[in-house]
Amino acid sequence: MTTLTLEHEHEAVRTERAVPAPIPFSRIVSVELRKSFDTRSGFWLLASIAITSVLATGAVILWAPQDELTYATFGAAIGFPMAVILPMIAILSVTSEWSQRSGLTSFTLVPHRGRVISAKATVAISTAVVSMVLAFAIGAVGNLVGTTIAGTDLVWDMGLDDFLYIVGANTLGMLMGFMLGVLIRNSAGAIVAYFVYSLVLSSLSEVLAASQSWWSDLRPWADFNYTQNLLFEGGFTGEQWANLAVSGALWLVAPLAVGLALLLRSEVK
Amino acid sequence: MITVDSLTKTYGGFTAVDDVSFTARSGRVTGFLGPNGAGKSTTMRIMVGLTPATSGTAHVGGRRYADLPNPGLEVGVLLDASAQHAGRTGREILTVAQRTMGLPRRRVDEMLELVSLTPEEAGRRVRNYSLGMRQRLGIATALLGDPEALILDEPANGLDPAGIRWMRDLLRGYADQGGTVLLSSHLLHEIEVIADDLVVIGQGRIVAQGTKAELLASAGTLVRTPDVRRLAHALVDANIDFTDSAASGTHDALRVDAEAELVGQVALRAGVPLTELRAADGAGLEEMFLDLTADTQRDDTSEGAAA
Repeated sequence: MTTLTLEHEHEAVRTERAVPAPIPFSRIVSVELRKSFDTRSGFWLLASIAITSVLATGAVILWAPQDELTYATFGAAIGFPMAVILPMIAILSVTSEWSQRSGLTSFTLVPHRGRVISAKATVAISTAVVSMVLAFAIGAVGNLVGTTIAGTDLVWDMGLDDFLYIVGANTLGMLMGFMLGVLIRNSAGAIVAYFVYSLVLSSLSEVLAASQSWWSDLRPWADFNYTQNLLFEGGFTGEQWANLAVSGALWLVAPLAVGLALLLRSEVK
Repeated sequence: MITVDSLTKTYGGFTAVDDVSFTARSGRVTGFLGPNGAGKSTTMRIMVGLTPATSGTAHVGGRRYADLPNPGLEVGVLLDASAQHAGRTGREILTVAQRTMGLPRRRVDEMLELVSLTPEEAGRRVRNYSLGMRQRLGIATALLGDPEALILDEPANGLDPAGIRWMRDLLRGYADQGGTVLLSSHLLHEIEVIADDLVVIGQGRIVAQGTKAELLASAGTLVRTPDVRRLAHALVDANIDFTDSAASGTHDALRVDAEAELVGQVALRAGVPLTELRAADGAGLEEMFLDLTADTQRDDTSEGAAA
């Protein structure tokens, strides 16, 4: 019976074939988007953005002092779990192709790895932006509910520019995860590296800056994590943007370039 | 048609693939045969661009794989059925491939039916699949885009006898419709029953290639006698080449590079009784293959033919 089905199809198409159209980039992006939540782990990582936003909002309503019950407090509380989850999503979207070995199929169906990786980056950045919008919508509801319960005045002390600063900070954090995924290409390794970078190295830098004035001066230029976290506070000066660009080139752009060069040439097994 | 030209891959000082050239023609099943670690998988990975070649080229339908605009519609590839995200369902893996190729949704159901995966099985996550089910899913992915060529690495691994039979019929039908099939195996018998052409590889180098008929014909004569030593002496005196027939599984047989009639005359003159004298179909190929595997194999090949 199977042979019969085959015969039908092949008689119809085998004879004369047109050269297929190239795969459009938008299609690769939509496939990568689908791949980021079609597994249980992927789904729950994305779901955890909404869940932790709700939990953080609830925590602010329950425990925050009444005079701090403002939109900015909600924003800060929601931003914290986000800064951990988004990089994990970015890391796994890249490393799972190697750790789960699905790259064997992905890079065979699209034999230009650069296109697949660009699509993943597009999905990662979109995810960051959409998650932030969603999270701040949840925060806004929390602000409404919280102030109503507490009977305090509604305070919307966050403008669009504050929002953009926070989105920018979290997107850069996510791109750090993406970079580590590209460079290390192993889920466990990249996740550990991310925590070493964001927790261990930043604490060391903190300690060093407290005792050594030369580092304290150099820090905004050389410690990307530090400068990136300053974004959460907003109000950047021209020099701070320069700090961000220089430290970002050092910690994000350069290793990403190395990682991409290696990834494009490596062997997929 | 798949053309491989002087393909070489070295890792440091180790040459995994050494100047490999062959052609898999359309309408035929080409068996890529070699022991484990001979370089089959590396060659196949190079063909689809997953491993960069040190030198040499591979073309599918006259083009480099990387130049195919939508490769899934032209070449079906199955390199390792287990290389899938364990957390995806079988149906989801097919759907991801279907979307990448830009095919209608119904192809997914058609393929599931073709490879006999039930809707219930297709809804399970791949981590719960047996190797046989993964192979079926891999074949489904390879056939999804109705390609003109198939590159399959050990596709029969993990299939039960009925499954192997099913796949043989499937690939035969596919080739009969004009498709090109290149499949690898480390099992001679498995590939003997399906392949039209054979490419035999050992330690990265091609040691034999041709149609199955050609390779089987060049096998000489198998002769069996209780007195191997005396027959061997007689053959040496008559200036006829021969080898121990490891493939026969015993020590009382020789494979002789001569017609059966001549061997019979030599034996008659020497007064050696024969218990068997026949054309050694395929025994030559099998012996060559056993020689190839002898270096890497743990079992003593002279003890059994079932390698």
